[in-house]
Amino acid sequence: MASVQTADIRQAFVTHVDDNRLMDCMRCGFCLPACPTYIHSDQDETQSPRGRIALMKAVRDGTIAWDGSIEEAFDLCLGCRACEPACPAGVQYGILIEETREAIQSVKKQSLKERIVRKGAFEHLFADQRKMKTAVNLVTFYQKSGLQKVVRKIGFLELFPPFMKEMEQILPEPAKRSRPSMDKAQVQVKVAFFAGCLMDTLFQETNRRTIELLEKFGCEVVIPKGQQCCGALHGHSGELDKARRNARSNLAAFDVVGVDFIVNNAGGCGAFLAEYDQLLEQDPVLATKAQQFTAKQIDISSLLVKLGAVAYLESLPATASTELVTYQDSCHLRNVNGVKEPPRDILKAVKDCTFVELPGADLCCGSAGIYNVLQPEMASRILASKMMEVKGVQASTIITTNPGCLLQMKVGIEREGLSATTRALHLVDFMYEKVR
Amino acid sequence: METKILEQLVAITGSQYAKTTAAQKLAYSYDATPNFQAMPDVILSPGSTEDIQAIVKVCATHRIPIISRGSGTNLAAGTVPTAGGVVLLFNRMNQLLELDEGNLTITVQPGMITSEINALVEPKGLFYPPDPSSMNISTIGGNVSENSGGLRGLKYGVTRDYVKGLTIVLPNGELLKTGGKLAKDVAGYDLTSLYVGSEGTLGVITEITLSLIPAPASKQTLLAFYNHLEEAAEAVSSIIAAKIIPTTLEFMDKGTIETVEDFMNIGLPTDCEAMLLIEQDGDPLIVEKDMALMHQLCMEQGATSTQHAQTEVEAEQLRIGRRSALSALARKRPTTILEDATVPRSEIANMVKAIQQIADKYDLVICTFGHAGDGNLHPTCLTDARDQEEMLRVEAAFSEIFEHAIQLGGTITGEHGVGEMKSPYLEWKVGAAGMEVMRNIKKAVDPLQIMNPGKIFAKDTKKRVVVQHG
Ligand SMILES: Cc1cc2nc3c(=O)[nH]c(=O)nc-3n(C[C@H](O)[C@H](O)[C@H](O)COP(=O)(O)OP(=O)(O)OC[C@H]3O[C@@H](n4cnc5c(N)ncnc54)[C@H](O)[C@@H]3O)c2cc1C
Ligand code: SF4
Ligand code: SF4
Repeated sequence: MASVQTADIRQAFVTHVDDNRLMDCMRCGFCLPACPTYIHSDQDETQSPRGRIALMKAVRDGTIAWDGSIEEAFDLCLGCRACEPACPAGVQYGILIEETREAIQSVKKQSLKERIVRKGAFEHLFADQRKMKTAVNLVTFYQKSGLQKVVRKIGFLELFPPFMKEMEQILPEPAKRSRPSMDKAQVQVKVAFFAGCLMDTLFQETNRRTIELLEKFGCEVVIPKGQQCCGALHGHSGELDKARRNARSNLAAFDVVGVDFIVNNAGGCGAFLAEYDQLLEQDPVLATKAQQFTAKQIDISSLLVKLGAVAYLESLPATASTELVTYQDSCHLRNVNGVKEPPRDILKAVKDCTFVELPGADLCCGSAGIYNVLQPEMASRILASKMMEVKGVQASTIITTNPGCLLQMKVGIEREGLSATTRALHLVDFMYEKVR
Repeated sequence: METKILEQLVAITGSQYAKTTAAQKLAYSYDATPNFQAMPDVILSPGSTEDIQAIVKVCATHRIPIISRGSGTNLAAGTVPTAGGVVLLFNRMNQLLELDEGNLTITVQPGMITSEINALVEPKGLFYPPDPSSMNISTIGGNVSENSGGLRGLKYGVTRDYVKGLTIVLPNGELLKTGGKLAKDVAGYDLTSLYVGSEGTLGVITEITLSLIPAPASKQTLLAFYNHLEEAAEAVSSIIAAKIIPTTLEFMDKGTIETVEDFMNIGLPTDCEAMLLIEQDGDPLIVEKDMALMHQLCMEQGATSTQHAQTEVEAEQLRIGRRSALSALARKRPTTILEDATVPRSEIANMVKAIQQIADKYDLVICTFGHAGDGNLHPTCLTDARDQEEMLRVEAAFSEIFEHAIQLGGTITGEHGVGEMKSPYLEWKVGAAGMEVMRNIKKAVDPLQIMNPGKIFAKDTKKRVVVQHG
């Protein structure tokens, strides 16, 4: 632990963490059963929303001396925000944890591992879409060139944290560009597509299909140039300034007035985009534009349902195939945007599959940005229990609506040795299979 | 706490079940009660009754306070370690021990979450009625120790009515078993009842046997809305007077309705002054008849509109809405202080009116909701703990509310217990003789005063504020 002075951190909390928001918590505990880290720590109040809020308050009020145990309680929060819809008092936990992380970042000297991850991630990869592309091209080269095989053989990856090793196994095959195959319908609405940095690189093919689907259901799709990573990863890690920087670039890139919706296919990004109004609340120039931007946000499943995808899917002839399909919610899509039914409605409408609800689908899978890199132990525990449920429902396909969750499900499938019987897919890819 | 003693205690559970970090101590320094906080020395999760006996013996030797803690949802500071010491958790002791369908009993460990009991027995066509609003979070050990009630209390009573037997670790480490599965058992003092509602001050409960009843065959839910508080209260009285005992008869005033609607978005009208949530369960024909009559009585007392829940999902939404009332009220002001004043059912209208007058007199916002059917009201003051002047007015107002409740033949707590928060008022209700008997019981059972010290028994009794014309 780098030495952080209690007085400094207290001052940072006073500066960054809003006292009134802390006072909103009346400590009733209604959020406890919703919180994955509380559940997976054998009900440790320290790892609960109520406990974390009490800790924030204690640090801010100076009733507790700063030490590693307090920091750990904040680090272990997934930021999944399941505590928010569960809270009758309307506590804005998401903002509180972001402010807390910002306060900590403002005084802390980070560990070497964290510094490297952060610098690489926040100042290069996720700050500049071109760099992201280069990085992914490297991965692609690595996979194609046969280097992957060699590296696996010599055990080079043993040097990395276990999670990196698994990531390496589950990285999608480099996309083979398929040709557009669907007819476009007559244009009903004009949408701008938020491509997302991970989605646009690792899951390029999914993005292409998203656009095709949109066009099939009557959208004119524009893809604004110069858009950047939404800033969620920065924001959730306490780098709010960097998140604002990205938000400003995106506001510049998007023509808010000229489109009906701004659509995304990544739950985590969608939630962050939908809160640009809060993020830029204080911005004298951009506050209004941010509000308009926020108001037009929609996720792909909600938009497709709006455009009549359910009736269309129901009208398709059934085939003999009987696939058992289940759905893992994207925490942010569900908890922040309140989108629960549309993805399920789509899956239920597909004739040649049977939809089973995954028990605990509303609980975070443990992916949460770079959480699984920084908190491998808790992430593993959460993922293991998730995979237990998957085995329980015997699903052959797990659908997700966020790239992080998709990768995490793939890791889970690998780990449990289920790859022969189970696959994980983005909702768009699954629907694309069925619609053609 | 000396390091040597701490090591002894931690050795009993093993270090993976002991919490000692600064963050952990802080996280167990409070419960759902506003304005109370104090740090424990260590937090232990014993795995068995034997572990608890060993812990209690070490604590008895060194006179260390023991605070049993369920989920810390109590509203009387019952689990705040105001004298330091050991906080005992039951998160590892949350198992089903026996479901005896022949005797209609279930035996569980104290850490089981209340709502889980129903999840276990419902598939067998059985039912455990007590349902405190906190039931998805609270533990059964906490319910027994607070003698909790809930929305179904009017027809089915409170926790006490279902506790048949207990296993208790006494303050000297010995084991006491009270009651059992017998339907009839009158041997000696009723020690089971003594422990129900004892708030962790007489020992640690480690096993609980509860009685179950057959699940009711059907259930219906009705809402009635009023333009005047008094009309809603009169409707309650007229239902009771018509000799109907509904399962649930709950009251919410305007402020409460508004905030619940804000949280739930279930379409409650926010322009009415009061609302009743009424449920009846049992034989379908009787339910049908009772509901029709209650509907008629509600209309006669001036209901502006009524609404029947069409599906169980809809009914459950309404119940969740009512159960969230307290927490939802926290949306309005920073601090939410709830009370638990209870009056005879015939006095509901008078009490509701008095609360409004007292709120006006002290210039405070007090919203009221509660179990109107059993006279148990929760006047809830929306305030700001940082405003000292206002807090003085809050305290004065609540004193006056208690005073008024007692004058109407009521009590200072219907279901939340005394804890530390309400200890200064206990004597008002039980009198000097009552306090003397309770103190003597406490002294006899826990002579070293290590079991949840500072709770129930206050250092000073509050002076009554209103002593004129009784
Ligand atoms: C929003 C909200 C709504 C509520 N609604 C209701 C309601 O409708 N009806 C109602 O009656 N109450 C209600 N309560 C109060 C509270 O939920 C109940 O008192 C509940 O029974 C407490 O359970 P717990 O597990 O949280 O116990 P805790 O709060 O942890 O403990 C309560 C008391 O029990 C003691 N205790 C706990 N376990 C043991 C044990 N094993 N052995 C000995 N002593 C023990 C503790 O020392 C303490 O004195 C509500 C609270 C909140 C916050
Ligand atoms: S549910 Fe809300 S008010 Fe209650 S403890 Fe959790 S955060 Fe606080
Ligand atoms: S954001 Fe998720 S992990 Fe963090 S406190 Fe809320 S529910 Fe728990």
